[in-house]
Amino acid sequence: MDVLIAGTSFQDKIDHDINIEPKDVMPDEYRTHLIRQISQHAHSEVIGMQPEGNWITRAPSLRAKQILLAKIQDEGGHGLYLYSAAETLGISRDEMIRQLHEGKARYSNIFNYPALTWADIGAIGWLVDGAAIVNQVSLQKTSYGPYARAMVRICKEESFHQRQGYEIMAHMMDGTADQKQMAQDAVNRWWWPALMMFGPHDSDSPHSGAAFRWKIKNKSNDELRRKFIDKTVPQAEVIGLRIPDPDLKWNEMKQSYDHGKINWEEFRQVINGNGPCNRQRMQHHVKYHEEGRWVREAAEAYKNRLKQSN
Amino acid sequence: MTRQDALFNYVLKLGDQSLVYGHRMSEWCSKAPMLEEDLALTNIALDYIGRARAFLSYAAELEGKSRSEDDLAYKRGEREFYNNLMVELPIGDFAFTMARQFLLSSYEYFLFTGLAQSKDEKLAAIANKVIKEVRYHWTHSRDWLMRLGLGTSVSHEKLQRAIDELWIYTDELFETGPEDQLLKSAGIVFNMDEIKTVWTELVHSILKEIDITIPETTFSQTGSRLGIHTEHLGHLLAEMQYLVRAYPEARW
Repeated sequence: MDVLIAGTSFQDKIDHDINIEPKDVMPDEYRTHLIRQISQHAHSEVIGMQPEGNWITRAPSLRAKQILLAKIQDEGGHGLYLYSAAETLGISRDEMIRQLHEGKARYSNIFNYPALTWADIGAIGWLVDGAAIVNQVSLQKTSYGPYARAMVRICKEESFHQRQGYEIMAHMMDGTADQKQMAQDAVNRWWWPALMMFGPHDSDSPHSGAAFRWKIKNKSNDELRRKFIDKTVPQAEVIGLRIPDPDLKWNEMKQSYDHGKINWEEFRQVINGNGPCNRQRMQHHVKYHEEGRWVREAAEAYKNRLKQSN
Repeated sequence: MTRQDALFNYVLKLGDQSLVYGHRMSEWCSKAPMLEEDLALTNIALDYIGRARAFLSYAAELEGKSRSEDDLAYKRGEREFYNNLMVELPIGDFAFTMARQFLLSSYEYFLFTGLAQSKDEKLAAIANKVIKEVRYHWTHSRDWLMRLGLGTSVSHEKLQRAIDELWIYTDELFETGPEDQLLKSAGIVFNMDEIKTVWTELVHSILKEIDITIPETTFSQTGSRLGIHTEHLGHLLAEMQYLVRAYPEARW
């Protein structure tokens, strides 16, 4: 009976667009779903520091270096709020990191691609952060309060990141032949993985049903993907970049672009650990987590020592 | 040497120090023992890069040869950099990084407190801004020295090793040359001997508190005033300058 009442009041709140807060009653599946999603989101922010961090020491101007450092710091900060948001659901950060290392928790597939040239830093900001924003804007209205509030803050910073990436691309497209070629090459490599960030087509998306009923999600993968494409194609045209999709066509009826076939076999390969950088990203995270253990232990021992002397 | 030349050399040296050290600290990105510390270390790196821009653009202005901050950062070779040897050493482990930060921030605290009173207005203005960051860096590294020094036997041992390694590079921070004399007489820079005295006092007192011994050495490494560095600097510059050198026609 209690369970029934609790269940009703939960769904009632959802139906009336009232946020669910940490101490509210919620179905276990809702909690599990959110932990999976928010921790995956947090891990993505943190793992995403690696491909971009790869270029800090080689940034071609001091201004570019400063902006890139600030951006990566923002990403780390997003990781922190998101870990905290997940912690309100009763899981610790240590546990989330353990799940990541054991392969039970994932991070965004996109970071399993390498950042090969400076133009990749532009492409990551413009396309990857651009795709992330589309998704995150819709998550500002997600039903779980701490997640929704984290998204509001994160979105403000992400739009700066996207402009930073676009600025790099615009600058390079205004530069030498080498720079233009580098920029186009980066778009060629990042375009399709960016489209895959929205996940499988609606017809093949395994978690969507409940996520919609609980209003964790309010727009489908395909809807969000279309929004991203419609927003990005004109930006590419303005600076003279070509989108590497021969089937991309404006559809007058839909007032939206039709795109070519996404290579879902590649998506499955990367998700299953066979992307170009999967092993490298995880090895890096595990290595530095292990190397930092003695530091965390020292901090803990010092804290206990202070407690004892008080 | 004119006073203008002396000031150019002095400001350039401050710029090099910030740039090279900021580069080293930025190498910590995604490698820190915890996420909070990752943010703190890259934040420190960001402060130093910001500071490098302020000093190098001022140096470029003083030089008057229409070079930019980026020209100075990206188009000079390893014999034309004047940062202290200590800041170019590889980041080592976390104890090494924090020990170096502490030694350096203690030095910078006294240095920039002095320079904030400089008769050169621009130098004083930059120093005033920098001193706020230095206080934060100092507190951050002092707190970590306490944790590492008094935490576990492992952390204490690593910290001791770091201080042992770094100590021979500390004297060089206080070296002066003819241009410093010229600037000192004009009230632009201050007495390094006095800075060394207060620095020694501060560093000794904190290290004593955490039971770290200062090595007894009678020699110290030197060379940066002549642009003579460790082998590490060349690699650092090769990495930092590669894009600009590989595509000399490009503007980024």
